[in-house]
Amino acid sequence: MSGSTSRRWAGRPEVGALLGAVALFVFFSLVADTFLRAGSLSTVLYAASTFGIMAVSVALLMIGGEFDLSAGVMVTTGALVAATVAYQLSLNVWVGVAVSLVVTLALGLVNGLLCVRTGLPSFIVTLATFFMLAGANLGVTKMITGGVATDSIRDMDGFAAARAVFAADLDVGDVRVNVTVVWWLVFVAAATWLLLRTRAGNWIFAGGGAPEAARAVGVPVARTKVALFMGVAFTAWFSGMHLLFAYASVQSGEGVGNEFFYIICAVIGGCLLTGGYGSAIGAAIGALIFGMTNKGIVYAQWDPDWFKFWLGAMLLLATVVNLAVRRRVGAGR
Amino acid sequence: MKRRHGLAGGVAVMALLLGGCSGSGGKRAEDEAADVGVGSGPRLRIAMITHSGPGDAFWDIVRKGAEAAAAKDDVELLYSADPDGGEQAQLVRTAVDQRVDGVVVTFAKPDALRDVVRQAVAARIPVVSVNSGAAESARLGAVAHFGQDEVVAGEAAGRELRRIGARRAVCVVHEQGNVGLEGRCAGAARTFGGPMENLYVQGTTMPQVRSSLTAKLQADSAVDGVLTLGAPFAATAVQSVKEAGSSAGIGTFDMSRDLISSIRDGAVAFAVDQQPWLQGYLAVDALWLLKVNGNVIGGGRPVLTGPAVVTRANADTVAPFAARGTR
Repeated sequence: MSGSTSRRWAGRPEVGALLGAVALFVFFSLVADTFLRAGSLSTVLYAASTFGIMAVSVALLMIGGEFDLSAGVMVTTGALVAATVAYQLSLNVWVGVAVSLVVTLALGLVNGLLCVRTGLPSFIVTLATFFMLAGANLGVTKMITGGVATDSIRDMDGFAAARAVFAADLDVGDVRVNVTVVWWLVFVAAATWLLLRTRAGNWIFAGGGAPEAARAVGVPVARTKVALFMGVAFTAWFSGMHLLFAYASVQSGEGVGNEFFYIICAVIGGCLLTGGYGSAIGAAIGALIFGMTNKGIVYAQWDPDWFKFWLGAMLLLATVVNLAVRRRVGAGR
Repeated sequence: MKRRHGLAGGVAVMALLLGGCSGSGGKRAEDEAADVGVGSGPRLRIAMITHSGPGDAFWDIVRKGAEAAAAKDDVELLYSADPDGGEQAQLVRTAVDQRVDGVVVTFAKPDALRDVVRQAVAARIPVVSVNSGAAESARLGAVAHFGQDEVVAGEAAGRELRRIGARRAVCVVHEQGNVGLEGRCAGAARTFGGPMENLYVQGTTMPQVRSSLTAKLQADSAVDGVLTLGAPFAATAVQSVKEAGSSAGIGTFDMSRDLISSIRDGAVAFAVDQQPWLQGYLAVDALWLLKVNGNVIGGGRPVLTGPAVVTRANADTVAPFAARGTR
């Protein structure tokens, strides 16, 4: 490995996060004796993947210079739409899955168009759509089912097949790994390829880092941003499908607050709040850190009253380490 | 751990005194058999995973009951909670990963927990459910359920509202997505006989609860009965009724120290108590009994811990226990 390569490697956004992840892993291995069991690690990976799938698209959007605060409830919306369409019309669940994809992509399109057309900060626009979706989730569900949760679609046509795709437990040796872990890795690989190997990737970095300059050299900034919002919508649909087929019915009030977890995963992974810098692999490591912390605290059997305090402390620690590493290697940002 | 050594030592001394020095005696074997569970062998570890939000008064009482039973039975209790169904399922998974000796869960979102509970049963970890999900409990593989039937309790509340002379009521739902709360309102509406509307409020933010209810009472002055679904919300309802200049009577589910004094001075007309402390206590005790003596409580049917209606007439009896925070 030549000097310049190692320097280039050290300047990658995810290096700090990687060190943080290793440190946390060692830490929890020492304080929680059940943490290192295969079953425990698969639980940690599962927790990480449920946040990680969303964190990938949220990281791309943040690199592109925008936020999406509606991402958390959009997951619930996706699941509700699929369950409601399939159950109320007595259709094969795959029809619900398809309709849900169309609806969530449309929501992403609306988010994107509102941002680029009005020029309002995405923080404001998606805050508004967040509230609207949270309300619609409950209102529509209540109107249609008379309750606050969808009816279970467990016994409907296509459920088993959809479950195999979105929520299967794969037996690897004698360990159960949820299929979401596999999908998560697939999404991370795809996003990394997009960012580093395609023209669109350059547009994302340019549009997020210096939109005016990018526009001046002919980068379709608006179109890129809309596509990124739709990317978030796509993963929200996917996560929603996982919720639905793993748990069969959906509570309309869930998902609120998760958008911040996605953002924090991306930030731990080296994304900047100002856009133009970050990586999909970083976001994946961020999600891993979040999953390890989230479940490590449980395995360590710390008092659950303090759970959020420890979670916050760990996240702060991870981001500070991240920053220190980046300064040390002189990434210049 | 120290206490265990003390206990074990005590038991050892007892055994010496009782058994004397005979190498093999029928009496000694009998005595050892009688010492079930007390300090013998490793401590049981029981995980309790509820759907409580952080800092919830009601769940604190359930937890206290569980801790009381754990202390009495010399059980190590691992408590955790998450209101999100998927997250709660993951917490159950972590308990199974740790190979605990028993699991206590709440089935507020039964579908979400279905698979992990099956995993627990497959790993030969007995599961007991408390509080919510009486209908699903046995089907999902739990050996016992301790709670109240929400619809039955709701019916009791509806009758009480009727008794205090209300003709038009509001049912204040403080946790969206909880089937049990919906069941309470449905049961109350059934026996109340007059029009009853559900009002959804954000239970984690009390000022929001208060202003929503005040606005509702101001907007619809014909409302003369308010039913809240948790003790802290009854106190807020008292404020809302005052604020709106309404004369509505207030009834509530659950119980607390403050609520007892409100019932004594008539600000709140009645409370339908499901005795949460008892739920936590019985759940841990049931798992302990199953382990040390193979007992199953309830014969596969839910064991009801409520409704126990508290009004001005019997508030004085309940007051000392509520003051301790165990009722």
